[in-house]
Amino acid sequence: MSKRRPYVRSMDGWWRRNPYFVEYMIHEGTALFVAAYAGILLAGLVRLAEGEAAWNAWLAALKNPWYVGFHLFALAALAYHSFTWFKIMPRTMPPVIVEGQRLPAWVITGGGLAAAVVASLILLGVVWGMVR
Amino acid sequence: MAEGQKTIEIEVLRYHPENDTEPHAQVFEIPFTDDMSVLQGVQYIKDHLDGSLSFRWSCRMAICGSCGMMINGVPSLSCQTFLRDYYPARVRVEALAHFPIERDLVVNMEGFIEKLESIQPYIIPREARTLSEGEYLQTPEQLGAYEQFSSCINCLLCYAACPQFGLNSRFVGPAALALLHRYNADSRDGGKAERMELVNSEDGVFNCTAVGYCSEVCPKHVDPANAVNQNKTNSAIDYFLRFLAPKGGAR
Ligand code: SF4
Ligand code: FES
Repeated sequence: MSKRRPYVRSMDGWWRRNPYFVEYMIHEGTALFVAAYAGILLAGLVRLAEGEAAWNAWLAALKNPWYVGFHLFALAALAYHSFTWFKIMPRTMPPVIVEGQRLPAWVITGGGLAAAVVASLILLGVVWGMVR
Repeated sequence: MAEGQKTIEIEVLRYHPENDTEPHAQVFEIPFTDDMSVLQGVQYIKDHLDGSLSFRWSCRMAICGSCGMMINGVPSLSCQTFLRDYYPARVRVEALAHFPIERDLVVNMEGFIEKLESIQPYIIPREARTLSEGEYLQTPEQLGAYEQFSSCINCLLCYAACPQFGLNSRFVGPAALALLHRYNADSRDGGKAERMELVNSEDGVFNCTAVGYCSEVCPKHVDPANAVNQNKTNSAIDYFLRFLAPKGGAR
């Protein structure tokens, strides 16, 4: 009779076993802030459609310190999300061949991060110009 | 052991199905020299301390792919990992994660062998050629499209690094999908349509959530995560092309 009895180990708490998995879970978790922020903007759009009073009430609500705090936190979460997203990007794309050479991973990651920073600065500049 | 001999402790996860209901840790103290691999450490245990310790190995030079273990929780080739990098701390070794433990450090890899067969890991010629027509020719670019994915040594470290495989053992997984891509991306091959069935299936590429650790631990720089993710795109293209040229249902 066979003595075989392969033992299957539990996956409970798998994401705590390795720093790499922890980073992955934080990365996935920060995506919730992207969704939350989209929700806030959408609410603003609805309020805008409801008229001037509703819009102004929404603007006033945004000045609440809790909201400001949330935005700062969301900013940090989004920065982390973008950073880890571009870090994994080279692994998720088909190879980019430039002049017969495969573009190295760091160029793709660096390029993505640079594009994100430039886009954010342009947006900041535009908004800054509008509120002044 | 000789006087003044340096020693190091190795903690091994033991499991003997005939006696144990579950695995348990056992610590061995072995003589340490700074040129010793972790594999040599467990070999010392087997030769001098406990002959019943089971593990796989063959080449001792990172090419046969049989000596994979979790070393301090990281999937590693034990012949390529050195005790000096942990000394004087204790080193923990365990059978590759996410696979059933057959005995001590030996895992059951039947599931992987079945997957390997299922991807048809051979060239299915695009067009039949006779000998007189000569060899197939390939440009360096055509070779470049698949070469890295052909370096896999089936060590399974990538599976031990993949939580999605741990959660669903039916997932075809990194190495088998990398090898599948190796053939699909080969200009001589014509079997893509058949293999796409598997790529698109419930057990296919969409089990991957881009954790990316598989590529991190791969000792041969295969970058299996890249093969899997390229095939998410291929699968999506395949899906839409189906509307233009219907060719039956998917698995
Ligand atoms: S892809 Fe890399 S880690 Fe996975 S089995 Fe092949 S050589 Fe090992
Ligand atoms: S013994 Fe062959 S890869 Fe380690």
